[in-house]
Amino acid sequence: MSLTQIEIQLIATVVAVACALPGVFLVLRSMAMMSDAISHTVLLGIVIGFFIVEDINSPLLIAGAAVMGLITVSLVELLNRTRLVQEDAAIGLVFPALFSLAVILISRFAGDVHLDSDAVLLGELAFAPFDRLVIAGSDVGPVALYTMTGVLLLNLTFILIFYKELKLATFDAALAAALGFSPGLIHYGLMGLVSITAVGAFDTVGSILVVALMIAPPVSAYLLTDRLTTMLGLSAVFAAIGAITGYWVAHWLDANIAGSMAMMLGLIFGVVFLFAPERGMVALAQRRARQKWEFAQAALTIHLLNHEGTPAAAQENRVEHLSHHLRWQPPFAAEVVQRAQRHGLVERHNGYLALTDDGRQLARETLMLAT
Amino acid sequence: MEEKHAAIEVADLTVAYQEKPVLWDVDMYVPEGILMAIVGPNGAGKTTLIKAIMGLIQPAAGQISIYGKPFREQRGLVGYVPQRGSVDWDFPTNVLDVVMMGRYGRLGWIRRPGREEERLALEALEKVGMARYSERQISQLSGGQQQRVFLARALVQEAQIYFMDEPFQGVDATTERAIITLLKELSAANKTVVAVHHDLQTVPEYFDYVTLLNVRCIASGPVEQVFSEENLRATYGGRVAFLTAAGNGAEQVEPAATTAGHGAI
Ligand SMILES: Nc1ncnc2c1ncn2[C@@H]1O[C@H](COP(=O)(O)OP(=O)(O)O)[C@@H](O)[C@H]1O
Ligand SMILES: [Mg+2]
Repeated sequence: MSLTQIEIQLIATVVAVACALPGVFLVLRSMAMMSDAISHTVLLGIVIGFFIVEDINSPLLIAGAAVMGLITVSLVELLNRTRLVQEDAAIGLVFPALFSLAVILISRFAGDVHLDSDAVLLGELAFAPFDRLVIAGSDVGPVALYTMTGVLLLNLTFILIFYKELKLATFDAALAAALGFSPGLIHYGLMGLVSITAVGAFDTVGSILVVALMIAPPVSAYLLTDRLTTMLGLSAVFAAIGAITGYWVAHWLDANIAGSMAMMLGLIFGVVFLFAPERGMVALAQRRARQKWEFAQAALTIHLLNHEGTPAAAQENRVEHLSHHLRWQPPFAAEVVQRAQRHGLVERHNGYLALTDDGRQLARETLMLAT
Repeated sequence: MEEKHAAIEVADLTVAYQEKPVLWDVDMYVPEGILMAIVGPNGAGKTTLIKAIMGLIQPAAGQISIYGKPFREQRGLVGYVPQRGSVDWDFPTNVLDVVMMGRYGRLGWIRRPGREEERLALEALEKVGMARYSERQISQLSGGQQQRVFLARALVQEAQIYFMDEPFQGVDATTERAIITLLKELSAANKTVVAVHHDLQTVPEYFDYVTLLNVRCIASGPVEQVFSEENLRATYGGRVAFLTAAGNGAEQVEPAATTAGHGAI
């Protein structure tokens, strides 16, 4: 591996983890689309900032972008509060308006600077290592690595310091407000963080894919854990895996790195979605199948209990009558009886079914729960 | 009932969402140490009233005081049990963690909960009969258990006044009895409880005071004085059937397949 390759992977990993951490709270607050809007509209902040200071490397551009992120959020909330437009529609109005304004401004007035629209949309990680940070004449590494490590540390610090407040305001904003923690302040703090992260990630992965980096790792982690701390940790791990595998996929396919990262993150989500131990589709299907059999066995024991000791018992409790009385297909009824026998719920006495003590107890318990 | 210190006073409270008034000129006086029910049909503004008192909604007009001072100076005295459906129960956290949230107000910004908060939370869970479930993921709780967790969370707030929005909603009979026992204990310790309630039948048994609300405050005061057929009719319109029974003087009221929440039994 060449130094450049290592540097690219480092930058990719730092960008992905920096995006995934605030993403956890975006996912828990159902704000995926808002983050997509922010990651685009910050461009307008950068452009306006550039016209003011006329220096593409000025840190003021990041401030401008962060402010634009907050303006986006307020505009969406303002529109939504009129109750004339839904939140998703409000996002759909604000985001293209601000973003297209930025694109027009760039193509009209800033055609000759680094702000070209291809780079804006997709970014170019492959070129990131060529922009070196030089201090006192010596090369200390790619600029992007330093800016994104800065953003990552900012996100980490913010979440560590305000972990309790973020958790409370996300789970129960009304209680947060009643206890004197302004949920609005926390909300806008988080949105500011998302804006800064989007700007930082902009150069390397472009605006289209930031949302994938912010959302895919947390939703995957969400399916795997019941704890917020674990969700944060897992998101970071998934982000890093997606970044590094994404880099190599791009390398082999000679494709865009950011695109491959997003694809790998999507793949990770797909795998988790199918195979998560408790909430994955496979586990759900298995549980549903098991519940179907459990329910059928309980129904069988209740049926037997109802007729136990009555004159009709001999008639009702014959195996071949079950399908008629419980309206079960004969093969299904046979399977249920077989399973119930295996679990020691019923016994078969030459064609008649009789409850065991366990079966009787199951029937009684099920009936108790139902009332 | 003797004249007591006012725990809560609401005067001329009007709240509007956009132009539409949801509460009109509401006056309410809540003496210290009583259990008060707020009753009224769906959309009457019961939740809004509680939220406005707690400063969660900006009123258009009116004054609210908690022990004679504005709410924001008295936060520490007020505990809150929101409507159970107001939060996402799939949030990745467990029972103990949710109960500890009740201590966050005392901790203030940045400071983290520690051993002491954990002890208080476990104690509160013990009180609501949920100690065994402290490590349980909250999405695995039944409705009644969720309600008990919220109650425990309010208890660790160690407040003087508790606002509870539909604490009996969707709970089983055992939980209902456990909750009412707890409310009586709070009241015995001179705490004040204001609870949104739906089952008109149990109002005289559970509560000392009642506020009948339907955008306007129809009546508010001791149950034996204001919980009358006439006031109920004014609150619910013609949609309530009554049976006036002999006995302790309180009306026996039967909501006939009408009001939300608990139907007729
Ligand atoms: N955020 C809101 N924006 C606009 N209208 C609202 C909002 N919240 C509640 N309302 C309206 O205010 C009225 C009172 O609501 P609420 O206080 O929740 O009633 P209750 O708790 O008595 O059922 C209802 O008509 C409801 O539709
Ligand atoms: Mg309500």
